[in-house]
Amino acid sequence: MNEIKGEDQAVRRIALAFGVSTLAGLALALVYILGGNVQAEGVLLALSLGGLGYGLAEWAGKLMSQGAEVGDYEDAPPPGAEEEVAGVVSEGWEASFGRRKFLFRMLGAAAGAMGLALVFPIRSLGPSPGTSLLRTAWRKGSRMVREDGQLVKATDLAVEGVLTVFPEGQTDQADSQTLLIRVDPDQLNSPDGREDWTTEDGLIAYSKICTHAGCPVGLYRVATHDLFCPCHQSTFDVLDGAKPIAGPATRALPQLPIEVDEDGYIVAKDDFSEPVGPAWWDMNR
Amino acid sequence: MIVQKTVRFLDERLRITGFSKKTLRRVFPDHWSFLLGEIALYLFLILIGTGIFLTFFFSPSAREVIYSGSYTPLRGVHMSQAYESLLDISFEVRSGLVMRQIHHWAALLFLAVLVVHMLRVFFTGAFRKPRELNWIVGLTLLTLGLLAGFSGYSLPDDLLSGTGLRIGYSVALSIPVVGTWLAFLVFGGEFPFGNIISRLYVIHILLIPGAIGLLLGLHLAMVWRQKHTQFPGPMRTEQKIVGTRMWPTYAVKAGALFFLTASTVTLLAGLFQINPVWIYGPFDPARVSAGAQPDWYLGWLEGALRLMPAWEVRAFGFTIPNPFFPGLLIPGLTFNILYAWPWIEAKFTKDTAPHNLLNRPRDVPVRTALGVAGLSFYTVLFVAGGNDVIAGLFNLPLERVTQGLQVMAFALPLVAGIATHRICKELKGRPPKTGDEPGHVIVRTADGSYETAEPEKV
Ligand code: FES
Repeated sequence: MNEIKGEDQAVRRIALAFGVSTLAGLALALVYILGGNVQAEGVLLALSLGGLGYGLAEWAGKLMSQGAEVGDYEDAPPPGAEEEVAGVVSEGWEASFGRRKFLFRMLGAAAGAMGLALVFPIRSLGPSPGTSLLRTAWRKGSRMVREDGQLVKATDLAVEGVLTVFPEGQTDQADSQTLLIRVDPDQLNSPDGREDWTTEDGLIAYSKICTHAGCPVGLYRVATHDLFCPCHQSTFDVLDGAKPIAGPATRALPQLPIEVDEDGYIVAKDDFSEPVGPAWWDMNR
Repeated sequence: MIVQKTVRFLDERLRITGFSKKTLRRVFPDHWSFLLGEIALYLFLILIGTGIFLTFFFSPSAREVIYSGSYTPLRGVHMSQAYESLLDISFEVRSGLVMRQIHHWAALLFLAVLVVHMLRVFFTGAFRKPRELNWIVGLTLLTLGLLAGFSGYSLPDDLLSGTGLRIGYSVALSIPVVGTWLAFLVFGGEFPFGNIISRLYVIHILLIPGAIGLLLGLHLAMVWRQKHTQFPGPMRTEQKIVGTRMWPTYAVKAGALFFLTASTVTLLAGLFQINPVWIYGPFDPARVSAGAQPDWYLGWLEGALRLMPAWEVRAFGFTIPNPFFPGLLIPGLTFNILYAWPWIEAKFTKDTAPHNLLNRPRDVPVRTALGVAGLSFYTVLFVAGGNDVIAGLFNLPLERVTQGLQVMAFALPLVAGIATHRICKELKGRPPKTGDEPGHVIVRTADGSYETAEPEKV
């Protein structure tokens, strides 16, 4: 008696679920025709799929025979079966390849040579690294421009101002992106040999590519005079040769030697002294 | 009868009766945790379905265009055709956005379910003989899943995905000896790699799903052949399997599970925005989005990169750069240990017998403790992937948070491992609460109070 009542209720619930699913499906079509809306589509899809899912689960769970059936796992192989198969393999091998060692070696040579030849097309996938990682587009006398190509004058930057710059005509050269910063020249502590890499009024230029994993070093924090990379939080001391002071970076940001030309534009005195960006195996060779 | 006719038609040509009889009568053991793999399969199907829809509209091209679509904040902005087509899918194509969001949500859940599925197999010892090969196939599926995720969210060519690719390239570059060549061949040259989008596209929509499909088939075929493991219980032995028959109950339940999985994903996709690339803007190699975080399943690698101290190997003029250790050594070791685990364990336990019955985790304290220790290590790494978020949330200095997490990465696994071992030892051998065994019954006594009684007494 109770069972029948339980079944009746289950049937009602399942019917309701399928009913909801049907309505949701029709409503979905309507939403689409009216122009679509991501929330409505998501919810209606969920209802139409969920109604089906719930109905079927209930059907299987309440109205079909349940568990406790017994089956068998695969038996272990009969003894000797493995030796038999192995025997067939080695017999065939001996009868064909084993007897003709010379031919078999020639076959190996041919297959090996073909395999080798098939590896070569992989070389087409990219250029040779060559010296491309060692150099950027900066040259002696390159004038600095902003991202939009506008030339940069020494007077463009106030103290603590910062600008992303490229060599003139090369704004698409991602490895040449450079940060131009104006600091108080009295605070600046240039590493030996770099005293004349900055301008007299405190303009200094560092590669903008993080030496850790190559993200653009996006943030200049004026209060502490450091450059902060948002990717893994490497921090570089602008007043002290952009040496890393926190985070995983191990190398300073390479510095670009700069000067002001007679027209007041900022120019590079040379390329960066070291490779920019993340390190690799033989970068110092 | 149509059924009879169909069966006859097929049997006369393909001899299906023997096989089908066995199949229809097959018994599947019931346990909620056995459904995880099934859910992963359904999520994969959803990914394929929505993915096909998306390919009809996505254009994997780096060609520069000027946006003129209906999303006004970006009008007039220079961007790649790939990014533009993604905006079109989101704003122009009817029901495009919901498809995109279903695809992304399904991917997030797919990897989550794969990981939990793997943990289930690990902690219950389902990987033991005779199922080591399927453990290997399963791990490879997880690896492919991670690659599918990474290649997928790198496709939109927005600011976030560009940052991820940039870091991936730097990690490849850091490999000793072959790094530069490998990076140049995989990415097609020096950053910012002209045609990486089209390359990733083929990888994402053909190579990886193809490989996943093949291995999935193999995975299922092996389960079919070896039959599913089961927890110990009444009548369940190494030879006898107890559960539900394939037809009709199990089949209908499986169908229900598919629809319920799909329903969950679509609900998430409708209500919770995911990867709104129009907010990040198009990729620009000189810019970086603040607080960039990868999808959750790469969080452990991001965290490892952040926790790694400023340290690298320099000797004889050669360098093994810093990103190599967290970016490649850690995942490399992780997966190698996982692949070898069935054999490592068998070596220590000297157990070479085949097993169809599962372990309860408490009954194998060492494995469970090692598993929990490992898991807590990756959890710390995962949390470290959001160290800036934590610092902001609790108003702590970022460096302190990082240092704290560096300590935790070693301390937590140790503590958690030892604690787990203790708890397992404590619980070992206690019978599980299944509801099958007689419990206590509360009865009302003559004077109106209550007492518990053994069921026999009632
Ligand atoms: S890329 Fe700058 S800290 Fe990692």
